[in-house]
Amino acid sequence: MNNEITGAEIVLKSLAEQGVEVVFGYPGGAVLPIYDTLFKQNSIKHVLVRQEGGAIHAAEGYARSTGKTGVVLVTSGPGATNVVTGLTDAMMDSVPIVCITGQVPQHLIGSDAFQECDTTGITRPCTKHNYLVKDVNKLSSVFHEAFTIAQNGRPGPVLIDIPKDVQFASGTYEEKNKIIIPSHRLFEPSPDFEKNKIDEAVELISKAKKPIFYIGGGCINSGPKASKLVREFIDMVGSPVTMTLMGLGVVGSSDKNSLGMLGMHGMYEANMAMHECDVMINIGARFDDRVTGRLDAFSPNSKKIHIDIDESNINKTINVDVPIIGDVKAVVEKMITVWKDKKYKIDSESLTLWWDKINKWKEIDCLNYNNEGKQIKPQYAVQRLYELTKNTKTFVTTEVGQHQMWAAQFYKFEEPNRWLTSGGLGTMGYGFPAAIGAQVGHPDALVVDIAGDASILMNIQEMSTAVQYRLPVKIFILNNEYMGMVRQWQELLHGGRYSESYTDSLPDFVKLAESYKAVGLRAKTTDELDNVITQMIETNDTVIADIWVTKEENCFPMIQSGSAHNEMMLSKDQKQDKKSAEKGKILV
Amino acid sequence: MNKSVYASPDHVSETKRHILTVLVDNEPGVLARVIGMFSGRGYNIDSLNVAEVSNDENISRITIVTHGTSEVVSQIEKQLLRIVPVHSVTNLDQEGSSVEAEVALVYIYISDTNKKKVYQLCDLYRARKIENENNTTIFEIAGASERVNRFIKEINEITKIEIVRSGPVAISSIQKNEEE
Repeated sequence: MNNEITGAEIVLKSLAEQGVEVVFGYPGGAVLPIYDTLFKQNSIKHVLVRQEGGAIHAAEGYARSTGKTGVVLVTSGPGATNVVTGLTDAMMDSVPIVCITGQVPQHLIGSDAFQECDTTGITRPCTKHNYLVKDVNKLSSVFHEAFTIAQNGRPGPVLIDIPKDVQFASGTYEEKNKIIIPSHRLFEPSPDFEKNKIDEAVELISKAKKPIFYIGGGCINSGPKASKLVREFIDMVGSPVTMTLMGLGVVGSSDKNSLGMLGMHGMYEANMAMHECDVMINIGARFDDRVTGRLDAFSPNSKKIHIDIDESNINKTINVDVPIIGDVKAVVEKMITVWKDKKYKIDSESLTLWWDKINKWKEIDCLNYNNEGKQIKPQYAVQRLYELTKNTKTFVTTEVGQHQMWAAQFYKFEEPNRWLTSGGLGTMGYGFPAAIGAQVGHPDALVVDIAGDASILMNIQEMSTAVQYRLPVKIFILNNEYMGMVRQWQELLHGGRYSESYTDSLPDFVKLAESYKAVGLRAKTTDELDNVITQMIETNDTVIADIWVTKEENCFPMIQSGSAHNEMMLSKDQKQDKKSAEKGKILV
Repeated sequence: MNKSVYASPDHVSETKRHILTVLVDNEPGVLARVIGMFSGRGYNIDSLNVAEVSNDENISRITIVTHGTSEVVSQIEKQLLRIVPVHSVTNLDQEGSSVEAEVALVYIYISDTNKKKVYQLCDLYRARKIENENNTTIFEIAGASERVNRFIKEINEITKIEIVRSGPVAISSIQKNEEE
């Protein structure tokens, strides 16, 4: 037939029709036909990373900062296995990703061919769905279904494995609107879902004396409109609100109702309010163990409403009273309508008493730290970074560890999609490539990766990528020469035996930056800090700012594993009782 | 019982046997997705049966026997529904009424001394001898798992045997209207 094109051309045509602007990838033998086709076109940009793991985190950063689907293109075998961490990360944090992997030609599959691996077998548990495409004529329909599945319902990663012979073969292209996806393959909550449950939930809220909203990343995935509606509803109710690590920015930090983040390193007032509330409204969060602490002491006296698009999150760890399955935007919109129609209002006297109680907890000033001396405290470094960047459109990414928690505590987010961090999987090495992805999506914005000295080394090779594409990403390293969070747990739970948590022979980060033809800056004392931050922001190149911070600072407040919300540690001097500490030690 | 401090504090119901019947698109990897979910999340599979049930639509039915508390089994059902090629999941124990059956093939070591007893027992259980070219004694028994269990136990008291079982398949016995 005349209108037949090659499999590789079908791949590019499908991506173009799906509105893909950029692909993050790394070439190799089994994807050469696709790279050849890529070479002959101009509509899709390719960002060459330096290791496939960087490609998928970059795609995650791109997706989470833009709301679009991130696309990854890598080769078979090691190319595919290197993206497994990123796929798992995207699965845990519900990030829409389409990952294309090359595969050895079909007649070699199963022969232990060079760079062969069972990609669909390996990635089955860490993707929403995956495909091995054996028929070139099915390639376009697979792509269109894959994009729909990645974005639909609770978003997630989808992988398409394409044998090299299929990339060379000729077949027909089918357009997006010609593809019918059977409904069971998608998640579509019915439009008038759970009407009764919504009425019940809104009535429960209206009768609350001590309500609290508990907001998660689902609100961000539901789109910017969802955050607006959530803010509007919370304002109507007049209730306090706390956010998970993934939900930061849904309600602005400066919002009068916001109590900030909750959980293991969350705010004292947020955790206490969760513990003592009488009605909890969970919107798009999943009762993660970092949030709940000890389950049998979790918010013991509250009625719980749980809004989630993924039914498997309902009653998974915490039993709730009113579950509502659906998209945040649609559900909250209906809740607002019901609230207005019924002219509900919370009893203002009890609400005032509740806020009085919360304000008392706030007086504890749980983020307080000792900021004496010339040495830079990591908390202070993040505070200054916030103050000096708050008037600029800024995206903040992080790696994983103490610096991540300090960033969550001290950097104030006013809008959704500005904060990109690996929450569920906790992937060290996420932040820098994610910042690259965010910068590709927002060329004019300021993108800062708040990093630790250990995490940054996990994907440091991407310096080369950042410089090649002139991406002015800023890496802000809180350098304490330790794997700080590991060291903190060893101090608190393992008798101060710092087994393998000190990083000897760290590179000179300034010279490292310079060797990549980027800019390296260093601050050793508090008086140098502001100057370094200002210089970093004003430089229009990739920058590594090496901030020397006090080495043995701990991240507080902290709910130790196995403890409850009302058993927070505010400082090192406040020892946890021995028995629960022993119990907690076996947990992660 | 998991006694971690993260374990669910609520009243935990008793562990029971459940039969789940799962309709899936018959496409490569679908069985691996289903059983991978069980092993990955630490659930039990007591028996598993899968076969295509409609040729024109490429649909297979997987019957899984599992055991767990009702909380765990409800979580299993929800996790199964997240799998893209899964059409539906039915817990037959919660459907009310269902019938189940399985097939076992039993190779019986036979001698002159036990021959009579073996044939009597097979007769009693309506186990059918399967003719084969070597004329060895292989019996087929079908029915509820309980009945198969009893047969196997009794025959094993007489002589040495080898068995293969299909694991139960089951279907809801609730009246359905044709229009639906």
